[in-house]
Amino acid sequence: MSFRIVVLAKQVPDTRNVGKDAMKADGTVNRSALPAIFNPEDLHALEQALRIKDRKDDVEIIILTMGPPRAAEIIREAMYRGADSGYLITDRKFAGSDTLATSYAISLAVKKLQPHLVIAGRQAIDGDTAQVGPQVAEKLNIPQVTYCEEVLEINQDELIIKRRLERGVEVVKGKTPLLITVHSSAPACRPRHAKLLMKFKHARTVSELQEETKDYTEMMTNKPYLRIEEWSVADLDADVQYLGLSGSPTKVKKIENVVLARKDSVELTPSDKDIDFLMKELIDSHVIG
Amino acid sequence: MNNIFVYCEIEDGHVAEVSLELLTKGRKLANEIDRKLEAIVIGHNLKGIEKQIFPYGVDVIHMADNSRLYPYLTLPHTEIIVNLFKQEQPEIALFGATSVGRDLAPRVASSLKCGLTADCTSLVFGDHTENKTGKEYKNLLYQIRPAFGGNIIATIINPDTRPQMATVREGVMKKEIFNATYHGEIKQINVDTILNESLMAVEIIERHIEKQKVNIKNSQIIVSGGYGVGSKDNFDLLFELADLLGGEVGASRAAVDAGFVDHARQVGQTGITVRPKLYIACGISGAVQHTAGMNESAKIISINNDPKAPINQIADYVIIGNVEDIIPKMIKFYKQNSK
Repeated sequence: MSFRIVVLAKQVPDTRNVGKDAMKADGTVNRSALPAIFNPEDLHALEQALRIKDRKDDVEIIILTMGPPRAAEIIREAMYRGADSGYLITDRKFAGSDTLATSYAISLAVKKLQPHLVIAGRQAIDGDTAQVGPQVAEKLNIPQVTYCEEVLEINQDELIIKRRLERGVEVVKGKTPLLITVHSSAPACRPRHAKLLMKFKHARTVSELQEETKDYTEMMTNKPYLRIEEWSVADLDADVQYLGLSGSPTKVKKIENVVLARKDSVELTPSDKDIDFLMKELIDSHVIG
Repeated sequence: MNNIFVYCEIEDGHVAEVSLELLTKGRKLANEIDRKLEAIVIGHNLKGIEKQIFPYGVDVIHMADNSRLYPYLTLPHTEIIVNLFKQEQPEIALFGATSVGRDLAPRVASSLKCGLTADCTSLVFGDHTENKTGKEYKNLLYQIRPAFGGNIIATIINPDTRPQMATVREGVMKKEIFNATYHGEIKQINVDTILNESLMAVEIIERHIEKQKVNIKNSQIIVSGGYGVGSKDNFDLLFELADLLGGEVGASRAAVDAGFVDHARQVGQTGITVRPKLYIACGISGAVQHTAGMNESAKIISINNDPKAPINQIADYVIIGNVEDIIPKMIKFYKQNSK
């Protein structure tokens, strides 16, 4: 029996390059205004999966992501590095999901795939919450091991994992099915492989095929591995009340932009009046508590 | 019922700093809406631990003491807390944004289907009117956090689910004893009815935890001194301000070389790179080697005798004057203005 790994990945806006139009009026992110990248720690997660495949026979790596149709880009990127196939959860009904609603949708997809192991990055750079991994594990009712730095040993039903904690390390033994999240201190992902790039460069989702001018029919029939599966709310048999804004207990009340370009310095004197002003301003702007 | 709960992390018989900071915050929040403050302690050999907790104004400690509960494991701790919350229906639940808290809180929130906000930098009460329905909410917990790589500050609310859950990083909130003789009630949780084999699916084989050291890297507020601070004694002023603001003291290489503070505090290319939300540079001229390690700080204040010091170019506020005059004034006016 093959050993199946699902790697959870997210396409994220590159928060290192945030422009003016990044936020929409409702406080959610306008992703189209930003360059989209493979979330860095999810690449570390993929590498852990690939290392398991390097040393164990008959390992299958499936990359699973949720997002708009363009998120298929990171599925291809993962295939170029060694993932065997990919699934994209995409539906307008998912828009506005917080971590809880996201975890619900992802857990339904994982259930359909029935993996032995789920590997995810610790957190995504757009939210930095580190919540989706543990929440998917909870929804699947399987144990979790967070902050993995290295999978030390792997058997069909048991893994030994080194965890990187704030002030130390821990080595734990966990039984499959298991979800692990991978820390940024784990090894970086290997680069694209030229052969795999050639093999998967035409991998497409159904939505992407509809946009193509070229006829892919024959290629898709001959090379079924080029098909990236898309799953909608209906495909996942999801209960819409747990999805999107209605399934999200957290609401964004207010967004304030942190001004990026540094303004001219405010020049102050050591007078009581000036120092009083400064401390009030720091307290009012929540810089100090 | 509907009280404020804080999960207290235990390491080697000591309650973690971040938990004490959260108890301090929790006491203030509880007073504002006239509720009790309750602490959760899960571990082993917990006898006497209450002495560390009650002085922060804790009314009830829920204690789960069992050899299988220490060191921390995700599943049993989650199970105990979920059971407790179902029973007690907390209004608010706070966790440290630590390796433990960030592993535990999301799992608890998922099980209870309630909202959780990570890494809050401020927690205050506020009202809310739902646009669509016109429904009004009083005293919701505003969970304020940076998001999107620190480019925005978001205020998050959980109007309809309870508890309102949040995690907070160490050093963000202030730690303050409420009343040294405060005494509450201890409620023992019956662990035997909760623990079962399936909760022990993950087993710890090895564990190396270092004692807490100077950790300026994760500090949100850094008061940093350069050669211009002048002496070791003047550095004491920096320590006093940092303590008060819940921050740490950093230093430039020149100050370290002069022996004012030890190397563990050095910020810059050959020291540590920091990105706090506030960096107060005292008597630091701002050589590139130093600014490389701190120029991503969200706010920078420069205190310097020299109006032409390079660091003033990247500072949001520049105060021209002597460190030993200005720091005591900052301490004084902070005390006057903070709630």
